[in-house]
Amino acid sequence: MSENLTFRFNVEGDDFTSAGQASVQVKKNLRQLGLDSEIIRRVSIAMYEGEINMVIHAGGGTAEVNVCEDYIEIILEDHGPGIKDIEQAMQAGYSTAPDSIRSLGFGAGMGLPNMKKNSDTMTVESTVGVGTRIVMRIMYKEGCV
Amino acid sequence: MTVSELVSASGFDVQCAPCPEKEISGVYIGDLLSWVMGKASQGDLWLTIMSNVNVVAVASLADVSAIVLTEGVVLGSDVISVANSKGINVITTNLSTYEAALKISGIIQ
Ligand SMILES: Nc1ncnc2c1ncn2[C@@H]1O[C@H](COP(=O)(O)OP(=O)(O)OP(=O)(O)O)[C@@H](O)[C@H]1O
Ligand SMILES: [Mg+2]
Repeated sequence: MSENLTFRFNVEGDDFTSAGQASVQVKKNLRQLGLDSEIIRRVSIAMYEGEINMVIHAGGGTAEVNVCEDYIEIILEDHGPGIKDIEQAMQAGYSTAPDSIRSLGFGAGMGLPNMKKNSDTMTVESTVGVGTRIVMRIMYKEGCV
Repeated sequence: MTVSELVSASGFDVQCAPCPEKEISGVYIGDLLSWVMGKASQGDLWLTIMSNVNVVAVASLADVSAIVLTEGVVLGSDVISVANSKGINVITTNLSTYEAALKISGIIQ
């Protein structure tokens, strides 16, 4: 693969009936490319958590998935409220999700930890009042950064 | 053991079974979606009482073999049609989650 393959999605904010659609589509696309199922699973989980966070916490955003030679890259960008304390947000169990969202099963504060766990590299850039940009890479093989 | 074999042995009800031959590798129990995303393994039966449409996306992305709704919970027909289109098996039982887990344990060992 010399040419990178890119998938782009708009993620609607506050729409819980179609939430996760982009991730489900990416999973389908990656399956068609014949990628290893464990890699696909890690990409799916990492992307889903990021997608849902944009729906719940940021009023929507965009997702881009690049299929590269050695890794898959997921770029999530939103113009939501931003994250004041990233370190705190990354902690398992930390959540600001309102009760209405918790009743749907969200708000365990496990999304960002799941993204970290399922990706090989993850960077979170966020500015309060401006938005959040998260880049995750999932390597096909260990040691191919 | 496949999902359809489990259904026969357990007497649980089927709400939809687009992929009845999926292999069951284990069981995960939980209602918090990102716990399930982080902890369920590929092929697990997922026991839950959550019934909104988001369970279908989670089941699909986490590659569980079936959603098992306990305590008499069922999915609405709109959610079932999404499950069908995504290849997600949905099984229901009136048993409590604990009783359902015990029963499944006796069947799959
Ligand atoms: N894109 C985002 N924009 C603004 N805040 C965010 C964003 N993503 C996460 N956060 C903040 O970080 C917190 C932790 O996120 P995390 O995904 O770990 O948990 P959660 O979304 O609250 O619950 P869960 O993911 O378990 O359903 C959120 O509650 C929210 O305050
Ligand atoms: Mg989250």
